[in-house]
Amino acid sequence: MSHLFGIPPQALFGQLLLGLINGSFYALLSLGLAVIFGMLNVVNMAHGALYMVGAFVAWLLLTNAGVGYWGALVLASLVVGLVGLVLERTMLRRLYKVDHLYGLLLTFGLALIFEGAFRHQYGVSGQPYPIPDLLKGGTNLGFMYLPTYRGWVVVASLLVCLGTWYAIERTKLGAYLRAATENPTLVQAFGINVPVMVSLTYGFGVALAGLAGVLAAPIYQVSPLMGSNIIIVVFAVVVIGGMGSILGAIVTGLGLGLLEGLTKVFYPEASNIVVFVIMAVVLMVKPAGLFGREK
Amino acid sequence: MTMQTQALPRTGMGTGSRKALLLGGGLLLALAAPFLLYPVFLMKVLCFALFACAFNLLIGFAGLLSFGHAAFFGSAAYIAAHTVKVWNWAPEFGLIAATAVAGLMGLVFGLIAIRRQGIYFAMITLALSQMVFFLALQLPFTHGEDGIQGVPHGTLFGLFDLNQPLTMYYAVLAIFVGGFALIWRTVHSPFGQVLKAIRENEPRAVSLGYRTDRYKLVAFVLSASLAGLAGGTKALVFQLASLTDVTWQMSGEVVLMTLLGGMGTLFGPVIGAALVVTLESYLASTSLPVPVVIGCIFVVCVLVFRRGIVGEIVARSGRGRKPS
Repeated sequence: MSHLFGIPPQALFGQLLLGLINGSFYALLSLGLAVIFGMLNVVNMAHGALYMVGAFVAWLLLTNAGVGYWGALVLASLVVGLVGLVLERTMLRRLYKVDHLYGLLLTFGLALIFEGAFRHQYGVSGQPYPIPDLLKGGTNLGFMYLPTYRGWVVVASLLVCLGTWYAIERTKLGAYLRAATENPTLVQAFGINVPVMVSLTYGFGVALAGLAGVLAAPIYQVSPLMGSNIIIVVFAVVVIGGMGSILGAIVTGLGLGLLEGLTKVFYPEASNIVVFVIMAVVLMVKPAGLFGREK
Repeated sequence: MTMQTQALPRTGMGTGSRKALLLGGGLLLALAAPFLLYPVFLMKVLCFALFACAFNLLIGFAGLLSFGHAAFFGSAAYIAAHTVKVWNWAPEFGLIAATAVAGLMGLVFGLIAIRRQGIYFAMITLALSQMVFFLALQLPFTHGEDGIQGVPHGTLFGLFDLNQPLTMYYAVLAIFVGGFALIWRTVHSPFGQVLKAIRENEPRAVSLGYRTDRYKLVAFVLSASLAGLAGGTKALVFQLASLTDVTWQMSGEVVLMTLLGGMGTLFGPVIGAALVVTLESYLASTSLPVPVVIGCIFVVCVLVFRRGIVGEIVARSGRGRKPS
């Protein structure tokens, strides 16, 4: 069987792998969005920009301080998480009592600032980021060639996603978090510092975006526009999956990435819009999203 | 007519005549403006003012935040440019086609997006408009990155030669005044009252027997059509329809204009549009990055200035209503 549906298997599996990688990033980003939304009721429009900041921090660490990939993976996530903490403490916090739309508008403004500043400083062309030595090369699986780094990205983001799921659904801290999502006043009355928890949640959510940015740096080029390119698709993913469920966000992200990859093989012209079309269809059939609950 | 606005306590005694005075003064100013300022700049302001007013009809009076209005604005620009340049249509028919297409798109978008409320509505409209962006990038008639350039001005109704900047200006002014009057009429009609009721408390509006989805859809189509009229006009004025007009940044810009001027006020979006257009043309001559400045204004507006300029004036002049 040298051809599958008239497509050489190399091309088919190559695109599927690319789809899986895109899907991993969708999953990581929509997971962060879902965690933040669950706790703060804010749609974090700055998520894409912070993903870009994560990639840039990694690149700056490498070019200016000589800190390599593995250090950057930790440091860049921490830096982005800290930025998130500061943003939450100084700005987002003031908006919890007004309409949720203002949170969206604020983070949109922040996204413009981040993207504009990096664009002003570094231009729109991408900066290359080398693959770390440990993950260079690849393996021939017989039906396709698997570059090690790409395999690593899929595995790493799956691990992070599942870890987050475990932390939220199965640990004590996660139980506090879920309880505070349902009823912050009551949880506060039990002596848990909810405002700190809210800040940490936002910090953690955007740290996931920063981590995704570092993971993405060697695959895509580090460019100021990388965030806004991906975030709108992630919004569509979130609408399709529904923001209620963590596992839903992961499954939908990966699934849509794969579907996008398949579209690239069979009908490349539609690959940019397939996610949006699916979103429209899902909204017509099941408005709350595949994993969402009708309120 | 203004008695109907009593539902909002901000209109007290005598504001009706004050409003009329303001309108008359504004109109006089607009008529005299091309002799004082550069007409092309003024036309840009008017196009964006109409765009912002159309957007404000949704957010300010129906409580729907559309983050994808650039899709209507930009697509209508393409339609107007294509019909006038390639098909040699007269400008008035080009504009009608542009408005109609934008309205139809509004119908489709509306049918999909009003199935969800609040922030989901914003995300859905954003995603749909991004789809339109990719279509505009790929469809052959939009000419990708180049856009449709060199659209002829033509002659309006076979009478007015739009190659004359002054004639063009007054045509654009007439279009703006027409669009603004329609919005004014809509807001002050019983239909507008129902929209406000939906904005304030949708479940209550439903329990009163209103089919709120229908109202929201009609408002959405109307807003999309007027945004399209603005986009089509802009394409004729600048003889250009390009990808810039369909980007999400453009959607964000119209949000900012409305927010800055005052959401839910009739004149706010006009003032906001004038300010943002002025600011951008000023920034273009400096080395400051435009998005950063725009983003900062966004942040400041949201944090400390949620009523916007006109909203703030109304609130300060007594009898203010609380910010939402």
